[in-house]
Amino acid sequence: MEKLISIIPRGSSSQSMFILAPIFAIFLTLLFGSLIFILMDYDPIVALKTFFISPISNFYGISELLVKATPLALIAVGLSFCFKNNIYNIGAEGQLTMGAIFGGGVGIYFYDSSSFLVLPMMILAGAIGGALWGMIPALLKTKFNTNEILTSLMLSYVALLILDYLVVGPWRDPDGFNFPKTRPFGETGRMPVLFEGLRIHFGLIITLILLAVSWFVYSKTMFGYQLKVSGFSPRAARFAGFNKNFLIFSAFAICGAFAGIAGIGEVSGPIGLLYRDISPNYGFTAIIVCFLGRLHPLGIMFASLVIALTYLGAEDAQLFLQIPASVGFVFQGLVLFFLLGTDLLVNFKLKLKT
Amino acid sequence: MNPYLIQIDSICKKYPGVLANNNVSFNIRKGRIHALLGENGAGKSTLVKILYGLVSSDSGNIFLNNEKINFNSPSEAKIKGIGMVFQHFSLFESLTVSENLILGLEEKISFKKLKEKAIEISKKYDLSLDLDSPINTLSAGEKQSVEIVRALLQEPKILIMDEPTSVLTPIEAEVLFKVLKKLTEEGKTILYITHKLEEVIKNCNEVTIMRSGNVITTCNAEAETKETLAIKMLGYKVRSLITDYSSIKNNILFEVKNLSINFKDPYKKNLTNISFTLREGEIFGIAGVAGNGQTELMELLTGENTGNIEGEIIFENKNITKLRTKTRRELSIGFVTEDRLGHSAVPELSLSENILLSQFPGNKFSKMGILNFKEIKSYTENVISKFNVKTPNEKVSAKNLSGGNLQKFVIGREVISKPKVLIISQPTWGVDAGAESFIRESLIKLSKEGTSLLIISQDLDELVEITHSLSVISNGYLSKPIETKNLNIEKLGIMMGGEID
Repeated sequence: MEKLISIIPRGSSSQSMFILAPIFAIFLTLLFGSLIFILMDYDPIVALKTFFISPISNFYGISELLVKATPLALIAVGLSFCFKNNIYNIGAEGQLTMGAIFGGGVGIYFYDSSSFLVLPMMILAGAIGGALWGMIPALLKTKFNTNEILTSLMLSYVALLILDYLVVGPWRDPDGFNFPKTRPFGETGRMPVLFEGLRIHFGLIITLILLAVSWFVYSKTMFGYQLKVSGFSPRAARFAGFNKNFLIFSAFAICGAFAGIAGIGEVSGPIGLLYRDISPNYGFTAIIVCFLGRLHPLGIMFASLVIALTYLGAEDAQLFLQIPASVGFVFQGLVLFFLLGTDLLVNFKLKLKT
Repeated sequence: MNPYLIQIDSICKKYPGVLANNNVSFNIRKGRIHALLGENGAGKSTLVKILYGLVSSDSGNIFLNNEKINFNSPSEAKIKGIGMVFQHFSLFESLTVSENLILGLEEKISFKKLKEKAIEISKKYDLSLDLDSPINTLSAGEKQSVEIVRALLQEPKILIMDEPTSVLTPIEAEVLFKVLKKLTEEGKTILYITHKLEEVIKNCNEVTIMRSGNVITTCNAEAETKETLAIKMLGYKVRSLITDYSSIKNNILFEVKNLSINFKDPYKKNLTNISFTLREGEIFGIAGVAGNGQTELMELLTGENTGNIEGEIIFENKNITKLRTKTRRELSIGFVTEDRLGHSAVPELSLSENILLSQFPGNKFSKMGILNFKEIKSYTENVISKFNVKTPNEKVSAKNLSGGNLQKFVIGREVISKPKVLIISQPTWGVDAGAESFIRESLIKLSKEGTSLLIISQDLDELVEITHSLSVISNGYLSKPIETKNLNIEKLGIMMGGEID
C-alpha cells in the first residue's frame, strides 16, 4: 500500500520547530475546541470569544489572569529543575499542599500578631514544607531506586488527606460554625495586593524573581550545567563525576520549595485561610505549563498565561453560556495532546507523496 | 554449477569520516555456516545491513543464486529468501509468542495456520516454543528461538545471525549451535556474525575476517586456531620497532594491585587479580579481544564503579579505589572512554559545553559555581586549534562532528590539561587515518612531557606503535607485561586466545 504521508528524520533537530510546535499546538487546540463547541450546539465564534477574549477584556480580568498564572508559572519553573534532569516529579500538587500547611500553620499560630515578620516566616515555612515533601520521593529513589512518578503522585494524595484532617480536626476554626476550615490569617499574614481593588498580589513579584533566578541558574551556573548534562546523558554525567544523588535531591527540593511558595501564595493571597480545596489542580496543570513552555523560564511565563486563560474561560463560559466548566480541563488536555503530537516535527519532517 | 549461494563483489560504503566497507568481496557456499569475524567497527554490520536491504551500498554488486540483487527494504530481502535474526530482539514484550510471529509475516495468514506451521518448525529443529506465553516471561534463549522461528516462517535460503550468543548463557549457546547445524543439514545457509574466536573454530565451516572496512581473508575455519584468528582479526604488521624508552622515569605513578570484582551478572566479565604499574612517562597498553573485561576494568579505573571491589588502585602512594570520578580528576587523572557520543561527550551540547565535562585541577571554568564563559571559550578554541578539530566554531553540537574530529576533541580536551595520568580506551576507534596518526603522535608527545598513559585497545598495530610495554587481558585476567620491543607475535596470539602465562 502506498503511504500518503511519510515521516522522515531531519538529521538534526529543528530550532525553529522547537519554538513553533507549542504555537501550532495552541492553534490546533482552538480548531478542535471549535469542533467540540459545534458538536455541543454552540456557536463556536461566540463560545471561543467568551472563553478566550472576554475574560481578559478589562483590568479586573487581566488581574484575575495573573492571579491564576502566578502559581502555575512558579510551580512549572520548579518542575523544570526536575524535568531537565529527567526526573519525573508529578507530585507538585502535594508539595504545594504541604507548603500551604507549613506556611498556613505559621499564619494560624500568629493570627493576632502585628509583626511584619509573619508573612516572611510563612513564606519560608511554606518553602521548607514543600521542599521536605519533595525530598521524600528523592530519598526513596536514591536509596531504594523506586520510581519517582508513582511515589510523588501518591504522596500528593497523602498531603491532601493531611490537610483534610487538619481542617476538620485540630486546626478547625473555633468560631467557624463547624465548617471544615481554619481561622483566617491576620492582616500581617496576608500577601499585600499590588493594586487597590484587584486581587493580584505580591506573589507575582516573587514568581517573577524566581523565574529570573532560574534562568540565571540554567544559563550561567555549574549547577544548571550539571542538571542539563545528567538529563541529556547520565553516562556522560557519571564520566564527568557529577554527584547524581545530590542532583536528584536538589531538583526535588527546589521544585518542592517553589511549589510550597506557590501554595502559601494562594492561601495567604486570594484565600486567606486553609480549607480543603486550596488548589484547582495547579500542581498537575503546571506539568502542562512546563512542557508547553519548553522547560525554559521565559517560555513558562507565556505558557502560564495561556493555561491560566483556560481556567478563567471555563468560569465565564459556564456563567454566560452554561457550558460545563470541565471544558477548561478538556482544553488543557488538548493542548498537551497536540503538543506531544507537534513535537514530532522537531526531529522529523513530513513528506507528502504525489 | 556455481557452488556459491551468495557472491559479494567489491561492495563500498562510506559514512562521513569513515570508510565502513572498502571493496568487500567474498562468497558464501550453500549449506554452510559461514562466519563473518571482526571487531566492533570492522564493517560487519554495515555489510549485513546492505545485504538485508536496510542501507544501500555506494558501489559493488551482490548476487544471490547468480541473480543480481539490490534490495530497497528488508521486506524485499525476505521475499527473496534472506532472513535475519538481530542481536537485539525486536519483539513486543507484552504480546504472546504467536502474536509476535504473525506480526513479522509479510503474507496474511490465519492464527490456526500460523500455529501449525510454527509447531512444525519448532519440532523439526528442536526449538522449544510455547506459543501462548507472553514474551516478557521468556528467557533470552527462548526469545531468540522466537526470533529464529519467525525468520524460518518465511522459508529463507540464508539466515543471517548477528552476534546471536552475546545475550545467551553458555548452555543456551550450545543449544543454538545444534539448531544451526540442523538447519544447514536441511540445506539452509547461515551467515554468522561474531567477534568470538572460539565459536568460529568450533561451529563454523568458513570464516571471512574483516578489519577496518576491509576483508582480510576468507578461509576454512576448521584449519584455524584461536591464535591465528586473533592475529588476523586484530591485525599485526611485522615492522621494525623504534620505541623510545628514554622518557620513562623510575618512579611509579599509578599502580593497580590485585584488583578483582565479581558481578554475579552473566552479561558482565568478572575481573580476577589484575595488577600493573605505570611509571612516569610510560605508555602501557592492554591488548585483547573485545568482551574480555576491558569495559569492566575501565569502569573501575575511572571510578564510575566503586562497589564491591577487592584490591587497590594507587595513585602517588594514595589509595584511590573508593574515590569518585570527580575526585580522581581533581588529582590530575584524565580519562577518555570508548564511546564518544553519550559517554565522553554529550551529543546535544556544544563543544564549549562539552569542555566542562573534564574538570582538571586548577581550571578556571567556574568561580563559586558561576561559569566563566570567556575562559571556557578560549580553552575550547585552544583545543580546536591545537588538535586540528574541523568545525565552524565552538558552538557546534558535538553530534555534528565527524567521528575523527570529535575523537580529536575529546582527547585534546584531556591532553591540553596535561594530566599526570591519562587513561584511554580505544583512542582511535572508528576514526580516519589522518586523525589516527595525529592522535597517536599527540599521545607519544604527552608521555615525553612526563604523563603516564594507559591505553586499552583492541587494535594491536596501535599498541605496538605507541606503547612501551603491554599486557593482554583475557577472560578477566591480565598477563604479565611484555616490553613492546621484545614482542613475540606467536606468544601474543596464544595469550589472546586465552592462555595467560
